[in-house]
Amino acid sequence: MFGMEFYVDPSRCIGCQSCLKACEECDTHRGVSMINFDFVDREQTIATAAYVCWHCDNPTCAQVCPADAIKKYEDGIVGSSLKPRCIACSNCVLACPFGIPKLVPQYEQMMKCDMCYDRTSVGKRPMCATVCPSQALAYVTPETIASARREKPVNTFWFGNQKITTKVYMMAPADTAEIAIDVADYVWEGDHELVPQTF
Amino acid sequence: MSWFRRPSNTPLWRDEFSVYTADERYVNRRQFTKFLTLTSFGMVAGNLWILAKSALRRPPSFPRVAVATLEEIPVGGVKVFNYPSAEDPCILVRTTADSYVAYSQKCTHLSCAVYYEKEQNRLECPCHQGFFSIADGSVLQGPPRRPLPRVELQKDGDRLVAIRTEGASA
Repeated sequence: MFGMEFYVDPSRCIGCQSCLKACEECDTHRGVSMINFDFVDREQTIATAAYVCWHCDNPTCAQVCPADAIKKYEDGIVGSSLKPRCIACSNCVLACPFGIPKLVPQYEQMMKCDMCYDRTSVGKRPMCATVCPSQALAYVTPETIASARREKPVNTFWFGNQKITTKVYMMAPADTAEIAIDVADYVWEGDHELVPQTF
Repeated sequence: MSWFRRPSNTPLWRDEFSVYTADERYVNRRQFTKFLTLTSFGMVAGNLWILAKSALRRPPSFPRVAVATLEEIPVGGVKVFNYPSAEDPCILVRTTADSYVAYSQKCTHLSCAVYYEKEQNRLECPCHQGFFSIADGSVLQGPPRRPLPRVELQKDGDRLVAIRTEGASA
């Protein structure tokens, strides 16, 4: 709708966390940010990555929901959980290959990015994209992104044997057609065990 | 959304509780409200249309048509004529020496032609045994629910003139 698409480029993220603050300001979920923000490897680098829900074409979170609380709308947006239905079982939290859904204990509800449905459905840009100073989160037309960036937008991901196509694009090196992530590469083994992370 | 489910490998529960709002089979509150609103507008428009039609409606006019002479048919005799148009068959009965009655010949049940049954002094429809009173055309017996439309007659010298049809839709 309105010809705009969402593009995420973690390489442009400067870690300012403006997107988190902007998201928190929203009246529909005041005080809770729906942005997923990661320090990539805090010991080695200052790199950060901010990203939003990828709005999969066949959303795993909704497929595993036992309460029919997550819906994909006709314009491609996967909504946050519906409050009257969500039973806070965390199925979606565990199933999402991107790790997007977050269980908010004080509301006993899963909450995730719905790409500011109240704004994008009337043609406005999502809050995070309006405040991002480096446009690591960009909501623009495909023509704009093609003319302004060297990287190529990719929306096909492989998680082992699971192929996922998404509404949101990841900016990847120009020769990349698909992004494949083998989870086995990240499983600890041998002498250098992964240190349990605390958040 | 479709009302009938095609044979498919998808389990029924997945079909009924689809992830995609476009495929949902159950009517949600918003759709129901939309349906009610649109139907109400339809009702308003329909009622306005009926109101406009009835406001603009004029009473039908009937021609004066001489259908028979007074002495043309004997007592208990019958004459068939068309009134008000050539497609409306009517039946004229001389019940006594100086009384004449005329009705539409189309039975109000399924439009068979009624005839005068002299012995019982009534009008009979042979298709389903519907009987009508000769006095006022009302139903005596049988499947018809409405009386036969009566044709009003006027004496004009020695002629009988049909002036209008009662109870018929114009």
